[in-house]
Amino acid sequence: MPGINYFYPEFEVVRNDARCIRCQVCARQCANEVHSYDPERDLMLSDESKCVNCQRCVSLCPTRALKIVKSDCRLRENANWEGDTIREVYKQALSGGVLLSSMGNPKNYPVYWDKILINASQVTNPSIDPLREPMETRVFLGKKPEKLERDENGNLKCELTPQLELSMPVMFSAMSYGSISYNAHESLARASKELGIYYNTGEGGLHEDFYVYGPNTIVQVASGRFGVHRDYMEAGAAVEIKMGQGAKPGIGGHLPGTKVGPDVSRTRMIPEGSDAISPAPHHDIYSIEDLRQLVYSIKEATGHKKPVIVKVAAVHNIAAIASGIARSGADIIAIDGFRGGTGAAPTRIRDSVGIPIELALAAVDQRLRDEGIRGNVSLVVGGSIRSSADVVKAIALGADACYIATAALLALGCHLCRTCQTGNCNWGIATQKPELVKRLNPDLGYKRLVNLMTAWNHEIKELMGGMGINSIEALRGNRLMLRGVGLTDAELRILGISHAGE
Amino acid sequence: MKRVYVNEKWCLGCHLCEYNCAFANSGETDMAKALRGKVIHPRLHIEGQGEIHYAVSCRHCTDPLCVKSCISGALSIQDGTVKIDHDKCVGCLTCVLVCPYGAVAPGPDGAATKCELCLENACGAPACAAGCPNNAIVYEEREEASA
Repeated sequence: MPGINYFYPEFEVVRNDARCIRCQVCARQCANEVHSYDPERDLMLSDESKCVNCQRCVSLCPTRALKIVKSDCRLRENANWEGDTIREVYKQALSGGVLLSSMGNPKNYPVYWDKILINASQVTNPSIDPLREPMETRVFLGKKPEKLERDENGNLKCELTPQLELSMPVMFSAMSYGSISYNAHESLARASKELGIYYNTGEGGLHEDFYVYGPNTIVQVASGRFGVHRDYMEAGAAVEIKMGQGAKPGIGGHLPGTKVGPDVSRTRMIPEGSDAISPAPHHDIYSIEDLRQLVYSIKEATGHKKPVIVKVAAVHNIAAIASGIARSGADIIAIDGFRGGTGAAPTRIRDSVGIPIELALAAVDQRLRDEGIRGNVSLVVGGSIRSSADVVKAIALGADACYIATAALLALGCHLCRTCQTGNCNWGIATQKPELVKRLNPDLGYKRLVNLMTAWNHEIKELMGGMGINSIEALRGNRLMLRGVGLTDAELRILGISHAGE
Repeated sequence: MKRVYVNEKWCLGCHLCEYNCAFANSGETDMAKALRGKVIHPRLHIEGQGEIHYAVSCRHCTDPLCVKSCISGALSIQDGTVKIDHDKCVGCLTCVLVCPYGAVAPGPDGAATKCELCLENACGAPACAAGCPNNAIVYEEREEASA
């Protein structure tokens, strides 16, 4: 559009010229073409208007000559009209379009994990040293029997409905092939296999090369049904019906045609270059009864051998929704909080729709217990689980396991620049451009994921040991192990925990 | 014997290996001091075109043409590594001519230079492999025998 450009670049590239050796690695590695070399003046130049602060150049500069800082050129300060708010108005005045964003909600809402503290044993009960004594973090996900049953000979009946066995209570949550790269998927798949956990295909189908990781794969069936066919369903260890996503509750998805190359096209079973649009609702689900039909269709199709997960976004009425799902025949409910990540979502929806996972989890666990149906399902929560401490708090609030995605991408090199929607990921994660995809070598990527999860598992054991608990089962729903700080009565009531000091 | 292997599939063409190589063989402890404002003479080179790149460095052949053709006895094999004695080199550059890989190059002082696996400098192991951000250059033992 003609007229004046109102935007001053958000970031500044600061180059320490005494250190710069003109190797031009920054120029070669920036897909946004921020850096360039002027041979006439023997100078490195920067066009900071293109910089997204992904820090690829910073990480690769061999002399640490570079840093990216926030520009201090500011609009006049205004507590009501903040700079970002004004810039968004300018953007829309220029484009006339919906604002797009990626990764999780960055706004300053309360993070309840940081207002919950964990207990430890002192004097009256012994703590346990996980380096000396066995500590169990293995988890089984699926419906649990209400009571022990014996056959006519008095032997225990041991047949359970299908269960997922996890070596630790964390899984990699749904990220589609399309939204993330082939190499990112391979890293997740290989790490899951080595760790004895699961990763999730998202709704992009399963690339033919990754069928070998089927026993560690959760295959997703979402509203667009992309890539869903018999072999796909049979390949996975479990099938997840995606009803909603924490970053964008109530809307579907959109993978732009530019990302649908030959491989993505084949995997999703859609024409090359076509936009992959997932509708907001499943067009065959308008009630819990409809959901039940799909759950049982999937169970029939897979010979009742695989647990079925129903994933929903955490929204206001989540407890009642979960209660319905627990009666639908689903084996596992996955709840995604409003801080959950995304490859692209309308900014207003990402930043203003949904509720925090901590409150949703506590409300759902309590509701299912009150109704006596907690054993019908396992609960998996995601939507910004950032550390092993968050995992322990989630389990003590009632979760069986956690889903992580942002943390996993960080392990792969993501620097949370939140521009996935551009498809220009300098780290080779959220891109389909071959020259960028190759920047993520899965030999290195999968090892980082394994390291991260191994570290978390050690920490989970340490935290459990401190509480005098030697099995993750004994921590689940054990809210006495939690105390709140700086929370209101309503928040404490919903979380079902006491205030610190009580 | 451990050798430097390159993997074209993972090479990003960032050229970091060339600068790490030049720094490793500079004798300096500060990279900026070693390389700023200088023309570098790395002992390996990134070749390629478009989106295909790969590093080329000495294969440390078991029967090397460069050693055979050296007229001054500057090139020799020591413990499997092809080494060059800069004091003996007369700068005829026959080695540059005969190397089938293009792995030997004229150095800044006229004598030939080549990769000595960083065994002669302070690194002790190839700096190109250690500094490669994507495992496109690795230094490892492999079963296969080199030419």
